[in-house]
Amino acid sequence: MAFEGLSNRLQETIKKITGKGKVSEQDVKTMAREVRLALLEADVNFKVVRSFINDIKERAIGQEVMESLTPGQQVIKIVQEELTNLMGGEQSKIAVSDRPPTVIMMSGLQGAGKTTTTGKLANLLRKQYNKSPLLVACDIYRPAAIKQLQTLGKQLDMPVFEMGTDVSPVEISKKAIEYAKQEHHDYVLIDTAGRLHVDDTLMQELEDVKAEVKPDEIFLVVDAMTGQDAVNVAESFNEHLDITGVVLTKLDGDTRGGAALSIKAVTDTPIKFIGMGEKLDELEEFHPERMASRILGMGDVLTLIEKAQANIDEKQAKELEEKMRTMSFTFDDFLEQMSQVKQMGPLEDLLAMIPGANKMKGMKNVQFDEKQLISVEAIIQSMTKAERQDPSLMNASRKKRIAKGSGTNVSQVNRLLKQFNEMKKMMKQMTNMQKGKKGKGFQLPFM
Amino acid sequence: MSFFNKLKNRFIKNEEETETYKEGMKKTRQSFTDKINDLMARYRQVDEEFFEELEEALIMSDVGVSTVMDLIDELKFEVKRRNIKETNEVKDVISEKLVEIYYHDDDETVEHINIQENELTVILVVGVNGVGKTTSIGKLAAQLKKEGKHVVLAAGDTFRAGAIEQLEEWGKRAEVEVIKQSAGSDPAAVIFDGIKAAKSRNADILICDTAGRLQNKVNLMNELAKIHRIIEREVPNAPHEVLLVLDATTGQNALSQAKTFSDATKVSGIVLTKLDGTAKGGIVLAIRNELNIPVKLVGFGEGINDLKKFDAHAFVYGLFADMLEEDEDHQ
Repeated sequence: MAFEGLSNRLQETIKKITGKGKVSEQDVKTMAREVRLALLEADVNFKVVRSFINDIKERAIGQEVMESLTPGQQVIKIVQEELTNLMGGEQSKIAVSDRPPTVIMMSGLQGAGKTTTTGKLANLLRKQYNKSPLLVACDIYRPAAIKQLQTLGKQLDMPVFEMGTDVSPVEISKKAIEYAKQEHHDYVLIDTAGRLHVDDTLMQELEDVKAEVKPDEIFLVVDAMTGQDAVNVAESFNEHLDITGVVLTKLDGDTRGGAALSIKAVTDTPIKFIGMGEKLDELEEFHPERMASRILGMGDVLTLIEKAQANIDEKQAKELEEKMRTMSFTFDDFLEQMSQVKQMGPLEDLLAMIPGANKMKGMKNVQFDEKQLISVEAIIQSMTKAERQDPSLMNASRKKRIAKGSGTNVSQVNRLLKQFNEMKKMMKQMTNMQKGKKGKGFQLPFM
Repeated sequence: MSFFNKLKNRFIKNEEETETYKEGMKKTRQSFTDKINDLMARYRQVDEEFFEELEEALIMSDVGVSTVMDLIDELKFEVKRRNIKETNEVKDVISEKLVEIYYHDDDETVEHINIQENELTVILVVGVNGVGKTTSIGKLAAQLKKEGKHVVLAAGDTFRAGAIEQLEEWGKRAEVEVIKQSAGSDPAAVIFDGIKAAKSRNADILICDTAGRLQNKVNLMNELAKIHRIIEREVPNAPHEVLLVLDATTGQNALSQAKTFSDATKVSGIVLTKLDGTAKGGIVLAIRNELNIPVKLVGFGEGINDLKKFDAHAFVYGLFADMLEEDEDHQ
């Protein structure tokens, strides 16, 4: 998960200060130094780090902390607020032109992921906004770039406008918009060739395209792994093009993603989307406040809930809850639940959204191997109907048969059975807790 | 003779190569030297504050945080030992130390590409998405072809849309054969085919392309390890080179990339790409210092001839050329 390294380091620091009843100036200074190092290690631009640290110091030593009953937590609140500010405060939506088509132009360095992002963005526009985008291939330089966009278009079943590699990008984009009007496309996504921010000829070409088509949005696509140079790149693209938004890609890597923090601060343009994987549906809208709490390890429950709502059938969820309460949860239900969770995305990502999950024992650096899930599935599918309903039927010979059928071994089957029983026990405890709540008011142990 | 002159004398013999580095790294050098000079101008005295500023300047060049800390510690020690008071004198020590990191177990052969005589050489190329693997392979193939080698390419990136076509285009430009299967097929099988084809055609060199993958994707890294195993099994002592392609604009994450890819495939060298645009070269220092993996090739642009053999001497010269010349004027 992106930001993990950054959050781990910040959390260590913050843990030291959270419980404190009194925060001295020295405490704040020590924390500031740690936060500074953590941010620098995360590739946050050093100028940005400096002003960030100064802001925090100023506020943390000021009145609002000293007068607070829980100064430690107050400091953390400040860090979170400042982080959110640094990333742009509120979520920023994609533009809609009142005279369609809305034109979006992509720009960026080579290898940032422009073409892939163009495909993902088209997919998102259709899925979430019910739009009909046209993809335009203006990368006439890189070998097979047009072919790449065409392949993406085919995968998405979306039209791609291209005129080969001998026509200038200005001409292509002009014709593309005429075509889009004819065919009633409401979005036009122009993919351009990657270029260095110091290459004046190619930057001029982008300015020409901009002058010709007057895009409603100009996105700068930035690789989240970019180092200190991110700021120079963003500044220079912004100077030439007045970019309106940033798309951060490859955030599913283990980069600490400091570029995200610097770019907004330097260009004052919002981060609008983030690329979270190689598949075409792995582009998300960017929420600064959620990202800030994710960085600080406070979890991102909102995104988790949204994901659950999008992928889990409410009726089924209710049934499941009923089953948990009555202890009639079976292997069939388990299988069902597993497939639903899988639809929500990679497990590591989900886990990262649960508050405190990364602090749980044994949860640090957990790598989920999706193959393990497949073998669990195979084991359950190798059980008879009766066995799935009533695990107590299991005996040595049944287990052997199941192991054979699923291509696993008996110890794996045993492990799954044990886990299943523990899960049931846990559910019982949880439902009991809920009952207690309704009855006489549930009491937290520390109250 | 000053340290700078010593460094310079090593280059006189190879003007052309040095020019490329000088030109290509103009931006790297400028920003770096600017920062150092700026520091010198603002601080007359070598004190704690000066070191803190210096630390930031180095971090700005993407030299890893821990490498910087080591360097600063050594500098502090050195400054004390030589009883240096003026910042001007520190300049020499700073560059000396930086060069030391480059050279430490000085053995220039580590920078050469390991090519076998009279038998098939297999080169595996790996890296994260978008660093320039396919482009670097195209350039490398063209160079080796020019040297009279019989080169075959294997299109192991079966995942990204258009990747196979991109390699084919480079194959055409370099006039070398590309072994491929359809998109979505098993990359290990493509590599296997590539080895068979290279053997039957009596090729000198097989270069294997792979799909870009982020190093934290366990399953994809396992796939890479499998490809590595197949090469090991089919050709004795192969792969002779595993080249990790790194984008020079990458920050601290490059260390994690080098570490993880090494675990999966025993990376033997680094191809540093896009050095013509970025203002940083620090990542090379960090990787040499912390993982001891040498840089073997450097990409300076998009042209077919823009891939150069890495020459640490030229690289350092490029980084310090302004300082060198200034130093000369001074004398």
